[in-house]
Amino acid sequence: MLTITYEGENAADLGYLLHKFPYRPQEFQLNWGKAYVFYPEISERRATAALLLDMDPVGLARGRGRGGGAGLFDYVNDRPYVSSSFMSVAIAKVFGTAMSGRSESRQELADSLLELSASVAMLPCRGGREMLESVFGPLGYGVAIETFPADEMFPSWGGSGHVCLTLRGMVRLSDLLNHLYVLIPVFDSRKHYWVGEDEVAKLLRHGGQWLSEHPMKAFIAERYLKRSRPLVNMALERLAEANAADGEILPLGPEEASDFPERARSLNAARYGAVAAELKALSARKVVDLGCGAGGLLAFLVRDSQFSSLAGMDVSSDALERAEERLKLKDAGDFLRGRVKLFQGSLAYRDGRLEGYDAACVVEVIEHMDEPRLEAFAKSLLGHARPRAAIVTTPNREYNARFPGLDGGKLRHADHRFEWTRAEFRDWAETVAARFGYGARFSDIGEPDPAHGPPSQMAVFTLCG
Amino acid sequence: MRIEIPQLSVVALVGASGCGKSTFAGRHFLPTEVLSSDFFRGLISDDESDQKVTPQAFETLYYIANRRLDLGRLTVIDATNVQKDARAQVLKLARDQDCHAVAIVLDIPEKVCQARNAARSDRTVPASVVARHSDALRRSIRHLRKEGFRYVHVLKGQEEVDACEIVRAPLWNDKRELEGPFDVIGDVHGCYGELCALLAKLGYSVAPDAFDAVPPAGRTAVFLGDLCDRGPRNVAVLRLVMNMTRVGRALCVPGNHDVKLLRMLGGGAVKPTHGIDRTKAEFSAVDGEFAGEVEAFLRGLVSHYVLDGGRLVVSHAGLKEKYQGRGSPRVRNFCLYGETTGETDEFGLPVLLPWADEYRGGALVVYGHTPVLEPELVNNTICIDTGCVFGGKLTAFRYPERETVQVAAFSEHYPPVRPLKPPRVGSAAPDDLLRIEDVLGIRRISTRLRKVVKINAENSAAALEVMSRFAADPHWLIYLPPAMSPCETSQLPGFLEHPEEAFSYYASHGAEQCVCEEKHMGSRAVVVCSRDAGSAARRFGVGDGSSGIVHTRTGRHFFDDPADRDAILSRLRASLDASGFWERFSTDWVCLDCEIMPWSAKAQKLLEDRYAAVGRAGRTGLAAVGETIARAIETLSAAAPPDGASAPSLSPPPAPMLDLSGLLERFRAREDALESYVNAYRRYCWDVKGPEDYRIAPFHLLATEGRIWFSESHLWHMKTLGEFVAGRDPVFIATDHRMVDLKDRGSVSGAVKWWEDLTGSGGEGMVVKPLDFVPMKGSSLLQPAVKCRGREYLRIIYGPEYLLGNGMELLKKRSLSRKRGLALDEFALGIESLERFVRNEPLRSVHECVFGVLALESEPVDPRL
Repeated sequence: MLTITYEGENAADLGYLLHKFPYRPQEFQLNWGKAYVFYPEISERRATAALLLDMDPVGLARGRGRGGGAGLFDYVNDRPYVSSSFMSVAIAKVFGTAMSGRSESRQELADSLLELSASVAMLPCRGGREMLESVFGPLGYGVAIETFPADEMFPSWGGSGHVCLTLRGMVRLSDLLNHLYVLIPVFDSRKHYWVGEDEVAKLLRHGGQWLSEHPMKAFIAERYLKRSRPLVNMALERLAEANAADGEILPLGPEEASDFPERARSLNAARYGAVAAELKALSARKVVDLGCGAGGLLAFLVRDSQFSSLAGMDVSSDALERAEERLKLKDAGDFLRGRVKLFQGSLAYRDGRLEGYDAACVVEVIEHMDEPRLEAFAKSLLGHARPRAAIVTTPNREYNARFPGLDGGKLRHADHRFEWTRAEFRDWAETVAARFGYGARFSDIGEPDPAHGPPSQMAVFTLCG
Repeated sequence: MRIEIPQLSVVALVGASGCGKSTFAGRHFLPTEVLSSDFFRGLISDDESDQKVTPQAFETLYYIANRRLDLGRLTVIDATNVQKDARAQVLKLARDQDCHAVAIVLDIPEKVCQARNAARSDRTVPASVVARHSDALRRSIRHLRKEGFRYVHVLKGQEEVDACEIVRAPLWNDKRELEGPFDVIGDVHGCYGELCALLAKLGYSVAPDAFDAVPPAGRTAVFLGDLCDRGPRNVAVLRLVMNMTRVGRALCVPGNHDVKLLRMLGGGAVKPTHGIDRTKAEFSAVDGEFAGEVEAFLRGLVSHYVLDGGRLVVSHAGLKEKYQGRGSPRVRNFCLYGETTGETDEFGLPVLLPWADEYRGGALVVYGHTPVLEPELVNNTICIDTGCVFGGKLTAFRYPERETVQVAAFSEHYPPVRPLKPPRVGSAAPDDLLRIEDVLGIRRISTRLRKVVKINAENSAAALEVMSRFAADPHWLIYLPPAMSPCETSQLPGFLEHPEEAFSYYASHGAEQCVCEEKHMGSRAVVVCSRDAGSAARRFGVGDGSSGIVHTRTGRHFFDDPADRDAILSRLRASLDASGFWERFSTDWVCLDCEIMPWSAKAQKLLEDRYAAVGRAGRTGLAAVGETIARAIETLSAAAPPDGASAPSLSPPPAPMLDLSGLLERFRAREDALESYVNAYRRYCWDVKGPEDYRIAPFHLLATEGRIWFSESHLWHMKTLGEFVAGRDPVFIATDHRMVDLKDRGSVSGAVKWWEDLTGSGGEGMVVKPLDFVPMKGSSLLQPAVKCRGREYLRIIYGPEYLLGNGMELLKKRSLSRKRGLALDEFALGIESLERFVRNEPLRSVHECVFGVLALESEPVDPRL
């Protein structure tokens, strides 16, 4: 539910601005339910209009095809109760004329800055209240927020993540509606429809001038376009064109920045570089990348002609599809397809397909396995596949001291089952090497810290004799 | 003329073009048994006489010949085979496939061949070629045997060809028709006293001085060879075994020591090592006639036997699957010595490849040769050489009973060459590294209950990821619980599920009684608890010192912190210790099917992110809406529109007038629904500060050492778990349940009332099970259980407002058939995996079923069912 309040003389003129007569509650049919407009308050100085959505939860879950939106249309769903992209669609449908800034009888009023406030009930708010301030503040609003416990019977469960947001400011009604139209889905971030190129057009149409000047425009565009990189770039370019003076480099929003820090990017490059250098030094020609993921390392190695035969194995068939795309294998010629092979497999199983390689790379993979299962991994790789050399890299836990927020024993990635200190890694590697007739040596990956060592560490196993 | 060929052999037809090979082949063999070079030329090039494609044609022909022989199918090579190098290919095929090569020569005069060729309309072979063939054939015939054909049959002239009759004879090692029962006896090595004692213990009437023994009715003794050397009475053992085999009371396969003795008796030079000196000394005192008999006996021994329809194989040193029922020098060597690497170990003994570790065959292989402390059961093979001559035991393996009977050595007759190794069993056996080909791709898993369960490749692929990345050590995963279907959708208004449907399902399928068990709302878990870490390592082959596991229905560790797991396991162990469970069930481990509460313990994140969030958004949001509508009603009734404000011209045209009071009423009802919904989930949540805050309700006693408990009724399970597990520790609770007599209306309505009370006061519902754990109607399996969930509980599943509006009508259109099919397949796999585990089958064989359940669970089915 959204309520809009106008304070001023002849407050009931709000009805003219919204094109909805105050004394006539109305009902509008939308694709997925109904919307109602009515006025809970009408006085000389103050009028409030309410836009209420009415969705049938069972119909919502049932009506959509299976698999649509991954749980978005599940039966136990907050959609019927929150302000989301459904609200944006309703605003556009019900208040379309007001949004465009036209008023047949009160155009002057529509063009004026008015004392308006808007309350958005139950806005799912990802990114915290500070983010609300920094997004709505620059648009000239005072921001008031009410938050709620998830369940008052279970205080330990924390807050529900919803807010009741009230904005207050001197603003044109059409601007207010456009702000809400764009920004409600930015905070909810679960659009109920597919985000494609026409979303960029919508963003520019409703964002236009105010968005191109907004300090958080990159964040807003990212969220509005559901973090689709190509779409975000397209939108930002066009916003920059709209605002020719703008030559600055756009900062990423804080959440995105922590998702993929620049530091991680360069560490990854260092890791690939170190692995490739080892493979070169080992004169390895046939190389298999175990846990190849989306094929990052393979794409790095494929450029070097020393590697006459490359293979990537991963446990996830989705990852392999991404790797196939990244390496452009599907429509490649016979030579490349013969040179690079991808297959599904698991480090916990013995696999004849892994035999006969000069070197196997296991780059940042073992920390994603439960520690007790490393036994099977060591047996299958060093005991059965027996490559001439195996390169294993894993994060150095000691280095976590250098990452903000990783104190107190937290691991770098939610899926890491363990992270090892240099001594722990060395201990494990030397033990399994001895067991299976390999030698092991160790080196750093990334710029080492004098006290904590390198960010990541590498062991190179070489077959004895 | 009647010729005999081995049932499994490679038959080369030899003869010039035009000699009538194909006609001959067509008369004596199945069309699919005959691989003709002409046919393959045609297959590849559409022209049977196109000589340019001969290499490709033969390559294809031999590929198919190999695949046929892999399966043990007799194969006829219909080519001229008159050239030596062409025959060399046939002989290589036979050697590679360890079967005999047979040559059948059609020796037809050249002029007959030429005339036939000339008369052919489809194609002709030049006369010079036919002449060349005939010439080559003439010069070949007498060399065929020497080249390596085990059997050569020359049919001279058309008359002999026409009169020929072919008989297929089983191989000597093929005694499939003997079904036993058998008493297979390990390496005797001259321990005559122990042998007589063992036979007596097996119920044979033994006459030691007459060197004879008579088995109990119907039984046959099988000696695994190595009758002689090292021990005190080698000749006596030979006499007894020869006497018994002569009259069919025993079978005997040769051991390496017997073959060495044969060489010695034939006058060959043998080194006097490994105890043959003792045998030799004894032979110096026996007469030459007996020595001749022994020599003939030993020479006549067949390398191994395939018995009981192919289900049992006996061989001295064991036998790989691909060699079973085959005949070649290579097979014989394997039977005598095993597969050696050529190296010797620190005791100077040959290093053997661990063939049993890799064994995948369906036949049980009973063998000896390698002395072990106790019989070693690995991958459907059992070694029963328990080193009697070295002071160990003499072991007999009773088949099909699969029992061992042993006699301790009377003394150490010979110092052990190397210390006897302790045996390894089942999942703890050495082949414990699972292989990718055992899980990936399309899988067909044989189960006792549902025949073959098929797993699709994409489901295997999905399960591989879950199994590899999230599941616990497969050694611990001996069972994953099956999906359970709800009862049919109720026709009663306001009810999606109702007990009547569950009862009528079972009643209509012939069940007379059901057990209703309270359905606890928590998380399904499987608990495997060993008495201690040592027994866990021995029985399950785990190497991390754990003594049990609590895992979810997808094989993940239930507890993130191993300390919580250990705390729960030690509490359970204390209860089992106190109740005398271990003694009563003669076991040192147990596998239980349980529900662990509270739900919030496992579903905390789901509760916070989803259930509580929806409750909050709904309650606060709808309350605000109600208030706003109420204010609007007040505003409207208080004030008439001011003058001049009436009906302004608006575009778009006015929408329909809205009834605010009706709207308010509806939103208030929605608000109430949200309140009920929140109350529904709250009942299943409480804070867990330590292990004592969990509640664990075991409801199936799945398995203990040596047996599964599916043959017992659900009532037995309830009673037994109540007696041995629940009640001693507040953490372990019993499950409320009641019997229903489906023929008695009163009993049924009593159960309905029970369900109504249970669900009315917030319970999830109940599970209805037929009394039999494995319910069958005829030969088909019924649903082993159906659930029947309460109206309030279902808000958590179908949303807070599912009882409002016309939602229910939509929800009643749900299809259970896919879910029910899965439930049966998963149930069959679950039972199968436990049966395999208690039978000490290897890890891969148990894992196959567990993996199968996980794979089926990736099948998209409505998760609300």
